[in-house]
Amino acid sequence: MNADPNHRGVKVSVRGLRKSYRGQEVLKGLGFEVQPGEVFVIMGPSGSGKSVLLRHLIGLESPDAGEIRIGDEPVSCAQTMHKYRLAMVFQSGALLNSLTVGENVGLYLAEHRTQSPEEIARVVSDKLAVVGLKGTEDRMPAELSGGMKKRVALARALVMEPQLILYDEPTSELDPLSAVVIAHEIVNLNRRIGVTSLVVTHERALAFGIAQRIAVMDAGQVLVTGTPDEIRRCGIAEVRKFLNADLNLVTKTQPS
Amino acid sequence: MNMFQSIGEVFVLGWRTFLALPLAWRHRRKVFDQFFEIGNASLLMVCILSFFIGAVLVLQSGPVLVERGLANYVGGMVGITMCKELAPVMISVLIAGRIGSAMAAEIGSMQVYHEIDALRTMNINPVHYLVLPRMLALALALPMLVIFAIMVGWLGGAIVAASNLRIAIPMRPYFETMREIVEVGDVANGVFKSFCFALIVGVICCHQGMDTIGGPRGIGRSVTKAVVNSIIMIVILDYVLSRLLLE
Repeated sequence: MNADPNHRGVKVSVRGLRKSYRGQEVLKGLGFEVQPGEVFVIMGPSGSGKSVLLRHLIGLESPDAGEIRIGDEPVSCAQTMHKYRLAMVFQSGALLNSLTVGENVGLYLAEHRTQSPEEIARVVSDKLAVVGLKGTEDRMPAELSGGMKKRVALARALVMEPQLILYDEPTSELDPLSAVVIAHEIVNLNRRIGVTSLVVTHERALAFGIAQRIAVMDAGQVLVTGTPDEIRRCGIAEVRKFLNADLNLVTKTQPS
Repeated sequence: MNMFQSIGEVFVLGWRTFLALPLAWRHRRKVFDQFFEIGNASLLMVCILSFFIGAVLVLQSGPVLVERGLANYVGGMVGITMCKELAPVMISVLIAGRIGSAMAAEIGSMQVYHEIDALRTMNINPVHYLVLPRMLALALALPMLVIFAIMVGWLGGAIVAASNLRIAIPMRPYFETMREIVEVGDVANGVFKSFCFALIVGVICCHQGMDTIGGPRGIGRSVTKAVVNSIIMIVILDYVLSRLLLE
């Protein structure tokens, strides 16, 4: 991995994480570790608690019990967000609809006043070029397709030069070609700057296509963690059921 | 319990916004944009509303006063009523409906569609980015609109007083009697009230926006609650301030 030492990824560790909403337990004491610079995919059916877990990892929610550490610091500590650069690519993109694409991408730099407006414009142009959207700075989010919005969200995350990127269902609602573009970007980014990438998805093709390690979640628990090959060979019934779910109903119901 | 929790949250949001005041200059562009938006969206409505409030005030009370030989008090009565009570309250209610609802809807939509979460993940404080500019713009714009409304209301009253045959008070004596009765302190009283109303409308509407859950229906619910709560608080605060300012 040819990572720039200044942008090296950061370790993530989760232990005994629990969260309930109105008496219903969504996360049931789950735990795992993600190594610096790793592409780690959390896979599982809808409603298994993946997105809730991601919101805890970025500090948008507080757990009822358990601990999340980013590097050496607990995520609940205010200093963690200042010490490490964390970014999240939301399932919907979550672009600010009142701002142009360029303003969205440059928002972090503009608000934190780290660079001059000219420098920000240059960085924005560079990052949009990285995701294949050069020249779209003046367009509004409403004018973009779903795939373009996700790529803009990715460019916005890149501007932060993150040490950890969290992706929430990065290829959901995308056509297969756009999904491949996003998957390429996730892997390229990881190779180029060594960022730790934590991807939440229910799409098996994406998970096995980009992951160095995979965790399979169901009903608020991590059922198994391992490399893609280990997951394929896993004998746990719920994991097998999830991996072998098949939509090929037409040939199955053909009269003999 | 929910109501007390909401009141507590409103106070906390107000306090956090107050603590963010040193950052106001940094957000001056956003303050100016909001200020322009408020003025642009409401100036014409303020003008129409205050003109007819002044006009109807003279139309209803003018003949009664004139019949009892109190024609000299028509200008003063309109002057005092407009600047101490009607302009601040009516314009604040108008702004709660026109601007407060838009604020609650915009912030509510940002909350529902995870834009506020996105701000947090970029280490951008939503109170600094969204609430502070809106509160400041409202606190600046509403007193200005109220000063404008007071003058238009006076003018509306003067036109009716001069043109209505049962009242028939020319403009010059109308404004002269007004000048004898209305003091600068009375105008300042109304402007101070409107400043307080601006803060309460701003903080309630921004809080309702940030508290939005659910989809479009949740946004609609937040907008309704924001406007209704703002109007209720304007009326309650109006009594409290009037009582305090009388002493």
